[in-house]
Amino acid sequence: MQPCGFAYIWILCSVLLIFVVLGSPVVNETVKHQNSSTQENGNNSRIPIVSFRWEHVKGPYVVAVGVLVAFLSKLVIEANHNVTSVIPESALLICFGFVLGFIIWGADKVELFKLTPTVFFLYLLPQIVLDAGYFMPNKLFFRNIGTILVCAVIGTLWNAVSLGFTLCVCQKGGAMGDLDMDLLHYLLFSSVIAAVDPVAVFSVFEEVHVNEVLFILVFGESLVNDGVTVMLFNTIEAFIPLTKPIDFLDILRAIVSFFLVAVGGSLLGLLFGLMLSLLTRYTRSIQIIEPGFIFVVGYLSYLTAEMLSLSAILSTICCGVSCKKYINANMDERSVTTVRYAMKVLANGSETIIFVFLGIAAVDKTLWVWNTGLVILTLIFIVVYRFIDCVCCIGVFFLTWIMNKFRLIQLEVIDQIIMSYGGLRGAVAYGLAVMLDEKKIKEKNLMVSTTLIVVYFTVILQGLTLKPLVTWLKVKRASDTEHSLIETVQNKVFEHMLVAIEDIAGQFGHNYMMDKWNHFEEKWVAPILMKPSARKNQDYVFKVFHRLNLKDAISYVTEGERNGSLGLIRNQSGVIELEKKFAQKSSEAMPDIMANMGDELGAVSTLGREPWPSVSLDMHEQKGAKQTEDISHHLLQQHLYKGRKQHRHRYSRSYIEVNKDKKEAQEIFQRTMRNRLESFKTTKMGLAAKTLTKYPKKLHEHKMSSGKLYRYANEDPDIAEEEEDSTSSYEASDDSLTMKVLRKAEAENEKPTFVLETEAAESTLAPPWLSGTEADSNAATPSERARERLPCTPSSIRRAPSTESVAQADAADVEDSSDEELALPSTPPPSTPPPSTPPPSTSPPSTPPPSTPPPSTPPPSTSTSPPPD
Amino acid sequence: METVSRSRCRTSRYFPWLSSPLGALGVGTAREPKRITPVTIQCMDSNDTVSCEQIGVLHKRFKQLSHNEDTLRREHFNAIHDLAWNPIRAQIIEAFFDRRNLIPPGEGSMEEIHLEEFLVVMSHFKPPSLSMTDEERDSVRREKLRFLFNMHDTDNDGTITLEEYRHVVEELLSRSGHIGKETAVSIADAAMLEVAGISMGHMEPDEFYEGITFEHFLKLLNSFEIEAKMNVRFLNMNASTVCY
Repeated sequence: MQPCGFAYIWILCSVLLIFVVLGSPVVNETVKHQNSSTQENGNNSRIPIVSFRWEHVKGPYVVAVGVLVAFLSKLVIEANHNVTSVIPESALLICFGFVLGFIIWGADKVELFKLTPTVFFLYLLPQIVLDAGYFMPNKLFFRNIGTILVCAVIGTLWNAVSLGFTLCVCQKGGAMGDLDMDLLHYLLFSSVIAAVDPVAVFSVFEEVHVNEVLFILVFGESLVNDGVTVMLFNTIEAFIPLTKPIDFLDILRAIVSFFLVAVGGSLLGLLFGLMLSLLTRYTRSIQIIEPGFIFVVGYLSYLTAEMLSLSAILSTICCGVSCKKYINANMDERSVTTVRYAMKVLANGSETIIFVFLGIAAVDKTLWVWNTGLVILTLIFIVVYRFIDCVCCIGVFFLTWIMNKFRLIQLEVIDQIIMSYGGLRGAVAYGLAVMLDEKKIKEKNLMVSTTLIVVYFTVILQGLTLKPLVTWLKVKRASDTEHSLIETVQNKVFEHMLVAIEDIAGQFGHNYMMDKWNHFEEKWVAPILMKPSARKNQDYVFKVFHRLNLKDAISYVTEGERNGSLGLIRNQSGVIELEKKFAQKSSEAMPDIMANMGDELGAVSTLGREPWPSVSLDMHEQKGAKQTEDISHHLLQQHLYKGRKQHRHRYSRSYIEVNKDKKEAQEIFQRTMRNRLESFKTTKMGLAAKTLTKYPKKLHEHKMSSGKLYRYANEDPDIAEEEEDSTSSYEASDDSLTMKVLRKAEAENEKPTFVLETEAAESTLAPPWLSGTEADSNAATPSERARERLPCTPSSIRRAPSTESVAQADAADVEDSSDEELALPSTPPPSTPPPSTPPPSTSPPSTPPPSTPPPSTPPPSTSTSPPPD
Repeated sequence: METVSRSRCRTSRYFPWLSSPLGALGVGTAREPKRITPVTIQCMDSNDTVSCEQIGVLHKRFKQLSHNEDTLRREHFNAIHDLAWNPIRAQIIEAFFDRRNLIPPGEGSMEEIHLEEFLVVMSHFKPPSLSMTDEERDSVRREKLRFLFNMHDTDNDGTITLEEYRHVVEELLSRSGHIGKETAVSIADAAMLEVAGISMGHMEPDEFYEGITFEHFLKLLNSFEIEAKMNVRFLNMNASTVCY
């Protein structure tokens, strides 16, 4: 849909929202009126057939439509990519909020759409914080915890106190006119406004992609400083009615309260996190609501901390951080996926709502108390103090003392500038400001409106300029997070090396601590919190290996499916028709692939993006209606497995059915083999030649496959397999083509004259890349030494082999591989694709003479299906 | 004395903190190491106080490990208690006795090392300074990667062969206990395939990948910020960590 289409929908919906809100009293009256009229009309109190009960659903209805509108605005924004690349999404959302606010204001329904502190702190913030905790990169966070803490505690304190004093001095100097505020009021105000907001920071920095250390510093600070903010806010608010001067004892109390708030909150969160981990050990029997536990317990940790007036944000963060590892290991993989997605949905959704409502909040006549002096001074000093805070605190402070203690890598000046510039204020400040008691603080509205201005300024203006600034200052950007296997292994080697060096040097350094903690955790914590069965897959290297394998298997399956199915197309005419299609497609794709051959990223990934139509589409395209229908029926019958016993459509709330029938896979496999064998035989009978003459136009394509085949016949099957699977992801994985290769193999052997002909044609017509490889393969068979080595070609990296296929490749056993090769392209069971599928190796074996069809009986499927992890 | 140290500085300018005191001692050659007493370790460069402190710390540690002898042998390293857990302990200890890791790289391995060698090896783990030019950063990176490479390349033929790599991965995963040897082998193989793909680009079907050369190694770990990671602080050593 067009971007403007989205915009129309959005406007439509927001108007709808207004009508819903506006219409309510009118409808109510009419309904009442109707009710009364019906009662008047007939005394027979009949049951009304339809009743309109707006009052009944009014509250949730308005909320739901409001959320819908907020989400739709996000849709509109996301549809315009060229805009979002310049303006951060949060700023756009706020602007949408402005527009919506004016519409609401026009409808005079402002009081319905206020972001109250209760809603914000109890319903919108928790999931964002939980999300942040759950997805926190733990290692990075704890590696930089020293800096984060210094920034969060000292930096925020400094910001709040200095801003408060400065504003007070400015007022005394007469910069703001006549205001009923004293020092404590200013301190309160500055404590509200000093804290960097996690929501704003996350949403802006997420799009900028600065390097991870910088990101974690700003983000970590914004999360941790909540403790400071809450403490400051509570303390100063408690002081305000006091008339007596604050004495030493009060300050001492404040300090104690700070530690209580921060440390207590963290410990509480830790407690909940451990509880949650322990809980997930036993939730396997109720798998379907397993993910629910995460959210409920996380929410409870937030609420409990809020109840005890501890730092709720810290508590939830700690909960998320501490439980993440264990729940991921304990829960089923599907549950983990559910948690991840649900978490993102909730967090992203409430972030959207928050920003839209921040925008709406601007349109409130009663709120606005403008004081130019205060606004301007606040803006200036916020930026200045933040800058001083970052540069001095981290720069000077660290250089002299903390740097030597905690940081090995100094922060560069540029990073510090970005840190200070990234100090965005957001909804937390607004929420706190709204929470102020109007009776105690007379200038509340002034504070709220100034806070709003600051929020808009930082989110919109700073957010807008942050990206150009980052580019301009050449801040180190984040590298892509996808790690190759070798990097992961190296990383692991590295960690151990550093620990060893610290051991040798007798240091109690960071690595030493980390290592000690890991040992402790493995020995004591993990056995308690983690299922014994889950502990197997904890090794990080193994995880990456597993993930890569999984990805390869998936890409293999999708590739196969894109080309029809995993190679089950046997119907002769159908094959030809489809082949025609695919031949065109693949020849179109070829230059693309060629370009990618040298590239280390391999051809598969580019192919993956190629929008190849699926089989059914292809078949509809074909004009010969009756025939294609025939084919399609045939194909469907053959390849869409229909279970022996009809799949029972049963609705169950407590579990999602997964087809686990082992026999099904078995049967599919056998069917495949049967088909394969049959087609093999038919080609032997010379059918292939017939089809060839029947479709002379496809000569080009045939040539190619025959050329390929010729090469295979000459080559070590071992290499052929690798070669096949790598260079021809476009071709070999398409099983209709490979079958053809098979058939061609026969044709070649049976009808040498034909082969000669195509050979001759090929040498002139074949594309250069093909002739190149062919010349190569003609040249020589690989040496003995070559066999010992790992045979590998560049683009096969994408298809990181599974255990078995590597073993297979290593074995270099001709007989073995020939057996395997024929068995390999079996369909994986449709329900769950095996995590590591062997690469599609479909080259015909050369050693066993084709006159005796190699696998008279299909090898047992167990030998080919990869071992489950 | 001072002039000598300055000239040494030029030869090994990437380790200024080492070259100044050690260069004065003629460590650079490392062929005939002289005895070092605490008295001889003195700072030439007054600006470089931290590194002098570091050397002092390391010297103390050296004495501790060697039981006040002048040389360290392998059994001294093996006796370090905390090291016993380390899965790649053997490789790391070997790296200390490897002549390739010395400042003018030699060949073969030594039976025992003196303080100078110990310090030179340790110097590979020095944190980079902030005010480095790109060129310097690059060479530091090279140096560190070379150390890592030498650790893998056990037979010193300039390439990490599949066998060598497998060996490392096996050792690496041996500690985790849950992963069998076969998995380790296949991980190593998969990684090697990856390497071949990344470093060779397109390969002809009858070509085979010999192993990882150093150039490829550099290329492979391109995104790996080794200069930011391969650092250990040699300060604040706790003297109570006596080795057994």
